[in-house]
Amino acid sequence: MSNRIDVKKTYKLYINGAFPRSESGRTYEVKNAKGVFIANPCLASRKDLRDAVVAARAAHAGWNKATAYNRGQILYRIAEMLEGRRGQFIEEIVNVTGATKAKADKEVTEAIDRLVWYAGWTDKIESLAGSTNPVAGPFYNFTIPESMGVVAAIAPETPSLLGLIDAIAPIITSGNTVVVLASTKAPLSAMTFAEVLATSDLPAGVINILTGKKDEIAPWMASHMDIDALDISGLPGKKHAEIKVAGAENLKRIYSFKSADPGRITAFMEAKTVWHPIGL
Amino acid sequence: MSFYGLVDGTDASLKSYLGNLSGVDQVGAEARAAMLATRSIKTTSKRWAIDTAITMVDLTTLEGADTPGKVTALCTKAVRPDPTDSSVPSVGAVCVYNDMVSVARKHLDLIGGQHVPVAAVSTAFPSGRASMPVKIQDTQDAIDAGAAEIDMVIDRGAFLAGRYIDVFNEIVQIRQVCGDKAHLKVIFETGELVTYDNVRKASFLAMAAGADFIKTSTGKVAPAATPPVVLVMLEAVRDFYEMAQVRIGVKPAGGIRNTKDAIKQLVLVNETVGPDWLSPKLFRIGASALLNDLLMQRMKMDDGYYSSPQYVTMD
Repeated sequence: MSNRIDVKKTYKLYINGAFPRSESGRTYEVKNAKGVFIANPCLASRKDLRDAVVAARAAHAGWNKATAYNRGQILYRIAEMLEGRRGQFIEEIVNVTGATKAKADKEVTEAIDRLVWYAGWTDKIESLAGSTNPVAGPFYNFTIPESMGVVAAIAPETPSLLGLIDAIAPIITSGNTVVVLASTKAPLSAMTFAEVLATSDLPAGVINILTGKKDEIAPWMASHMDIDALDISGLPGKKHAEIKVAGAENLKRIYSFKSADPGRITAFMEAKTVWHPIGL
Repeated sequence: MSFYGLVDGTDASLKSYLGNLSGVDQVGAEARAAMLATRSIKTTSKRWAIDTAITMVDLTTLEGADTPGKVTALCTKAVRPDPTDSSVPSVGAVCVYNDMVSVARKHLDLIGGQHVPVAAVSTAFPSGRASMPVKIQDTQDAIDAGAAEIDMVIDRGAFLAGRYIDVFNEIVQIRQVCGDKAHLKVIFETGELVTYDNVRKASFLAMAAGADFIKTSTGKVAPAATPPVVLVMLEAVRDFYEMAQVRIGVKPAGGIRNTKDAIKQLVLVNETVGPDWLSPKLFRIGASALLNDLLMQRMKMDDGYYSSPQYVTMD
């Protein structure tokens, strides 16, 4: 008998809850630290970005309307699913980046904990970031932070899984939907993470994941009129100015972050102020 | 009436005319439509296709909840689809229910949209279930109110029961009501005719009876204007032109929601009946959401970046 041939996974994109190939048909090679070929993920085009934004826009109304409690439950559910597939993620990280098993294990653990942490923030952020304001008149005056809409993000090259979750989680916590470009060199955990999302009761289109080249996709993210804000934490510092100029045309809010903190959630919220007459 | 010398108005002659039609190769039609859908239309051709498609749109609102306000807003959009860009052409027509025709006509005239005709759906749209005097009065009302185009539905029940002469006579009578005042579009509701053979048969029946246009659907039934159905109707129009030397128009309606779908339709037209039909005189697209997508694609081509639905009207 001949030896069995391995069944290799085809790494595709994650758009609107489905796993399509790039409309361009392009792929690129991912190699491990020693230069050995590992996989052919999709090389997303601007049209894949366009499709993902349409999906994210359509998903925003429903996700934004879901209760904070429900959003927290779903984020927690993602953490549960990730926990269940821990071994696969560790293996992929070791395989692609050449990290030690202990280091990969630590990254996956942190990723899971981070999701649980953001899950807790969903029903607290509004009380903490909102306020009642003293005004000189017979009015109650409230400031209520709300989600902005569709936010795009560029995940850092490393750590490939934790960086991706740090990009996605704060954006969707408040009710935004997201289109994220995963690490170019280590995109495999991002697409495996998409399989986790697909089994987490997350409505289709809330998270859309692309794999490809930053230089190709980032300018289209910046100029797209239907993307409300952009997280460029994963982009090299010398590219920031160029992207901010491209995004200035449409008044897009563009930020980059160094760490995980509640400010990452409020950055992608906008304040609504309500005046309500007293005594009515 | 002469019916182009193809039929003499009797049941026997109609049966023999329809009986002589060749059948439709279902697999072939679907394969050809699918093949033509893969054509890639880019840059200047795409730009031309978008502007041409805009001039072909029958901007439609056919809801029970239509108000005069909604209809006037639609008319404003029909004349100047993009208020920020005067190079965008007006659409082909505004398509409304019978009682909204006068509202639409008055508003169009008021805002300099005299060149945009009003189309009215007629003959107990969308079901076609009413007596002939009611259907005639329905049509007469629309014409009196200023409709220049009548979109009538056929009696699908009669057609499916094989009473072709009844369907034929209805179209002939509505044709007489329209006279020279209104163009007549005949709606088949292809989703209810089931087979391509029926679609081909209905096409020849309507064309001989005096239709100016044949139209796929009401928009109330799915499937509607699928590419193979439109292909079958275009082929019928092409064959009828050979028989009678008359150019009949085609109007797909229902399910054409984005620019890609619209361009696929234009490719079907060009490859089946030729460029003569690439004009709003002979090809229309019944749609409402499509226009916004055409405008957004046009903005993308002009500006070089993707636009947002926030920059076009909500409806």
